Amino acid sequence: MASMRDIKRRIKSVNSTRQITKAMNLVASSKLNKAKQRLEGTKPYAQETRKVIAEIGAAMGGISHPLFGNEIKGNKALIIVISGDKGLCGGYNSSVCKEAQSLADGKEVKLITVGLKGREYFKRRNFTFDKSVVGISERFDYNDAAAIGARALKLFEDGEVDSVYLVYTRFISSISSTPKAIRLLPVDAEEFKGEIEETTSLTLYEPSEEEVLDYVVPKYVNTVIYGGMVESSVCELGARMAAMDAATDNAEEMLDSLNLLYNRVRQGAITQEITEIVSGSNALE
Amino acid sequence: MANKLKLRVVTPAKDFFNGECDMAVLKTIDGDTGILYGHQPLTTVLDLGYLRIIDNNNEKRSTMLGGFAKVNSEGLTIISEAAEWADEIDVQRALESKKRAEQRLEQGGKDNDEVDVLRAEASLKRALLRLGLAEK
Repeated sequence: MASMRDIKRRIKSVNSTRQITKAMNLVASSKLNKAKQRLEGTKPYAQETRKVIAEIGAAMGGISHPLFGNEIKGNKALIIVISGDKGLCGGYNSSVCKEAQSLADGKEVKLITVGLKGREYFKRRNFTFDKSVVGISERFDYNDAAAIGARALKLFEDGEVDSVYLVYTRFISSISSTPKAIRLLPVDAEEFKGEIEETTSLTLYEPSEEEVLDYVVPKYVNTVIYGGMVESSVCELGARMAAMDAATDNAEEMLDSLNLLYNRVRQGAITQEITEIVSGSNALE
Repeated sequence: MANKLKLRVVTPAKDFFNGECDMAVLKTIDGDTGILYGHQPLTTVLDLGYLRIIDNNNEKRSTMLGGFAKVNSEGLTIISEAAEWADEIDVQRALESKKRAEQRLEQGGKDNDEVDVLRAEASLKRALLRLGLAEK
């Protein structure tokens, strides 16, 4: 049987772990609220950008643009993986990496990773990196996304890759999220059909439809990447909150049983002492 | 009473402006364009410049760092990369980035790195734009 001192030490260590996990849970949940607001803020921009592309598509009677196309010509793909920089958030990082890996299967892949965990995962598996961005998973802005978008567009336009995918984590609720892969380039024109309520074929495009499209499509790509980053960060915080909540619960359960054990041992020791004293005084009589 | 133009400005970060005004003046890549109520449907690309919102003879100005604008029956929607009001501008930061950009332009002239020069020029333009608005 463990000694009282051992058990006491154990209780102390479990208790301090519990305090840490509890604090992390609180931090994650307050950050989660902020991140959720940010996610809401990105939606109008993304919607409006999509609408303009859809409208131009409708006005031109189908979009013909080098960045659009239904078919992917070759097997060279660029995959943008959005993961976190830190662990302690359940399966968040590993599930997004696994999704990306299954997408990469059978393709000649170049990677752009966001977040330390994604980089570690794919480095271990000897993937080819084009770029890896770390240290921004919690504080990134639109410019970070735009830089990745610009790089992806360049690779695509130069013909170094035939398709570009984005793998991020989709937010369902604070406790539930799922990894998702979407095709960024070539842009699937079909996707935009049925987006618009009114066809304003009288709309004037300045300087011209093509030039507006040239401007809008890269913005659209950036927006999707930025949206993916924001959504992933919300999921990361949600996952961390859930993981830390579970860890706190487990620690509490452990503390309960350790306390029980401690009291039992303590009582045992007292009983033994009494027995010794009593038998000692009996022997004296 | 004249009809008011419905104006909405969205940026990746937030809904920047949502309200009504008499006239909005945009800097498009073809030059300044004023939009009034009932403008013909239009989609146009914006340059770096100011957005002027005129309402009851009051003028509100903000920076508008590129983006595009759309006019339809609902009003004017501006989708911009970044926008800020005069009081939101960090003058210190703008001054620093102006200095940085100018330095880079001087060095870039020697190295002839085209991309860097373009980037520095864009950054200088943005900084000057911000300072211009903050000073007013």
